[in-house]
Amino acid sequence: MPLSSHDTVKRMVTGLLTARGHEPDLLLQHLIAIQLAYSYVPEIAVEVLSSVLGVTRSRIRACVDFYAFLHARPRGDYDVLFSDNITDRMAGSEALRQQLTKRLGVRLDQTRGDGRVTVSLTSCTGMCDQGPAMLVNGLAVTALTPKRIERIGELVEAGVPLEHWPAKFFVVEDHIHRAGDLLSNAEKMSAGLQRFLDLGPQAALGELEASVLRGRGGAGFTTALKWRICRDSPGDERFVVCNADEGEPGTFKDRVLLARYPDLVFKGMTLCAGIIGARKGYLYLRGEYRHMLPRLEWVLSRRREQGLLGWDICGQPGFDFDIEIHLGAGAYVCGEESALIESLEGKRGVVRKRPPYPVVSGFQGRPTVVNNVETFLAAARIVEWGGHWFRGEGTQQSAGSKILSVSGDVARPGIYEYPFGTPVSRVLEDCGGTGAQAVQVSGAAGVTLAPSEFSRTLSFEDLPTSGSFMVLGPDRDLMDMTRNFARFFAHESCGFCTPCRVGNRLLEALVEKVAAGKASAYDLEEMRQIGNLMRQASYCGLGTTAANHVRDILDKFPDTFQRRLRPGSDFTPAFDLDAALAAARAITGRNDAGAHLEEA
Amino acid sequence: MNLANSFRLDGREIPFQPGQTLMDAALAAGAYIPHLCHNPELAPHGSCRVCVVRVGGRLVSACTAPAAAGLEVASDTPDIQASRRAILQMLFVEGNHICPACEKTGACQLQAVAYYVGMLEPHFTHFFPRRDVDASHPDYVIDFNRCILCELCVRASRDLDGKHVFAISGRGIDSRLVIESPTGKLGDSAFAATDRAAHVCPVGAILPKRGAYSVPIGQRLYDREPISQVGDVAANEGRARS
Repeated sequence: MPLSSHDTVKRMVTGLLTARGHEPDLLLQHLIAIQLAYSYVPEIAVEVLSSVLGVTRSRIRACVDFYAFLHARPRGDYDVLFSDNITDRMAGSEALRQQLTKRLGVRLDQTRGDGRVTVSLTSCTGMCDQGPAMLVNGLAVTALTPKRIERIGELVEAGVPLEHWPAKFFVVEDHIHRAGDLLSNAEKMSAGLQRFLDLGPQAALGELEASVLRGRGGAGFTTALKWRICRDSPGDERFVVCNADEGEPGTFKDRVLLARYPDLVFKGMTLCAGIIGARKGYLYLRGEYRHMLPRLEWVLSRRREQGLLGWDICGQPGFDFDIEIHLGAGAYVCGEESALIESLEGKRGVVRKRPPYPVVSGFQGRPTVVNNVETFLAAARIVEWGGHWFRGEGTQQSAGSKILSVSGDVARPGIYEYPFGTPVSRVLEDCGGTGAQAVQVSGAAGVTLAPSEFSRTLSFEDLPTSGSFMVLGPDRDLMDMTRNFARFFAHESCGFCTPCRVGNRLLEALVEKVAAGKASAYDLEEMRQIGNLMRQASYCGLGTTAANHVRDILDKFPDTFQRRLRPGSDFTPAFDLDAALAAARAITGRNDAGAHLEEA
Repeated sequence: MNLANSFRLDGREIPFQPGQTLMDAALAAGAYIPHLCHNPELAPHGSCRVCVVRVGGRLVSACTAPAAAGLEVASDTPDIQASRRAILQMLFVEGNHICPACEKTGACQLQAVAYYVGMLEPHFTHFFPRRDVDASHPDYVIDFNRCILCELCVRASRDLDGKHVFAISGRGIDSRLVIESPTGKLGDSAFAATDRAAHVCPVGAILPKRGAYSVPIGQRLYDREPISQVGDVAANEGRARS
């Protein structure tokens, strides 16, 4: 792409500001639009945004540097990001990536000389049931095969605009294989709010209380209590935020819920607003799901026309509420509610200090409810059909059902809904996860289960889960998984606190040392110690869970590491003296025995 | 002592005022909890994690945890000191901290806290990052090699000076201190030697030019007394100028 002239960029940014607004909260949204238009954020755009929004240049540049999908230097006309979750790798993404870079004559992370294309890796894009997947200029391309990659290579070389690429490349399937109380007949359920209006806010909250619904994001805070605290917290304004930033590797159920049942999610947000007294709501949609944006915007405008959003909703004077969609830009940490709020305010997604909690002081310092997509959907159903209906399933502490994203070595990857209390073995039977050697529940931050644990149940009492369920078949090497997760966390740590920022990088280096066959037993103990420190001393949940996978491999699958240890070595230094001589060998053109250190 | 308004720190009764954190109350009572990113003049931050203490089986940062009546708080125990030591070691290997070659030695809070928790070697593999030195300002120099990302300068410039001279950019291990100016250089920013931000750096990252060795090594702040007795660099600014 030719670098655009200052005047063109200035005009574009000015138009953007006029169209969407001058509030500093919109900074990230403007940056995303600029990135899309120019494949980077030009310095002149930073200048214009700074003067109009009243945000310092350094803060704008800091934002660009923080989010993986924003860049200070031009990417290619085609910005290709291969999803790099372990499930993509298991489906062969690495060979496909190499095929494409070879075909296009481009190196990973380096924009081609003619500016045509850049190929990089990105964290899980939420297409694990139809991977390997990639994003091209932010749009999801699924079900990659060597043939599809070859065709993509041709299209890129020929400079064919994305809108003229075969439509089937961009098809995203729903794959709902098991529907329970929430998903069955959901289409038939009223998207309207009549039942809520008949009940009134107090009785509707009563139904939620009776349901004992707990948040579906993983932490499991009681939803009715959260809404009540928010309602009762002092503030001149309140906000409803739907967390659709499902970045946990292996989860994609929120994508399906938003594709299939957007009305129910918006309905859940609207009745939350009616209960807590909010007039504004936000759907924070992860950047990886940008392909859904036009349709979601369309659903919102239809609901406005139907009188289900906007002023005097359903003719009720004073029931005013509207929803705006904000996009994320590639940051796993923004799934944490206070980091998400920072991001909504247009800042780097760094977790806030707590207390105060968002229900007391959230978006713009006002009381804010942040809930997962699935939580709002469940709330909509509960208000419609009653708390006791919902309570009829599940366990003592885990009412209702849970929607799982099942992927990996299974015959039928996709969405499965089960009552809480269902054993892991039952899910494996249904999805065709024959002979699994391990199941990773709740994503990279979750727990690695060995076959002896497959009788454990999905529930807050036993295995709390955000819904990610990745199956590792009998022939997999768990080393690949732990390397993938270590890299993921080192990439996604926000960098705020010391144990997470430094610890993740140290862990990644140690995992790589083991993989290279250079580690000793001492290094395994190091990994355990660093993991313990991260778990205890980190500032937020990202750091406290990031070493779980290493601990689980050490405890349950020790052979994964043990068989790679350097034989007869109690300690191997991190510094490789012989490797350090490589530069000298290259300069002198020597590679004889005398140019190498003797093996000790 | 009124037990309704006190907690116990390593067995010692510490009184507190409503709204105080564990750190506020401990410092007011003359009890030392090691810390780096905390400065009583600025809002608590909780990022360095050096001030972790154990409350009810969990580690929390004393600088952000609200004081509450009857809490049992453990601070100076072997396991907590070991955690702090590891955090200090992480900070040391992350940057380029070469004490013998640093003009801040003897008056550096990172070094003093490291001594206090018994850190004798860096333990972890050094990262040896490539970072710059910015000497563009007439009165001050910034050596980014020694920045520990405590954000004290960021907060002081923003909250006390009203200037926004500093910000944190990037993510994860690539997080770094940046300067608000057209060139990104300190000399082109609004920074002045009289700023509070010029006097809060706990390490040798933001240093005044000239007079580096006016106080000889061996007679500096923490050469004379341990940090648990004399407190922070910022609180001793006048005396500690080295």
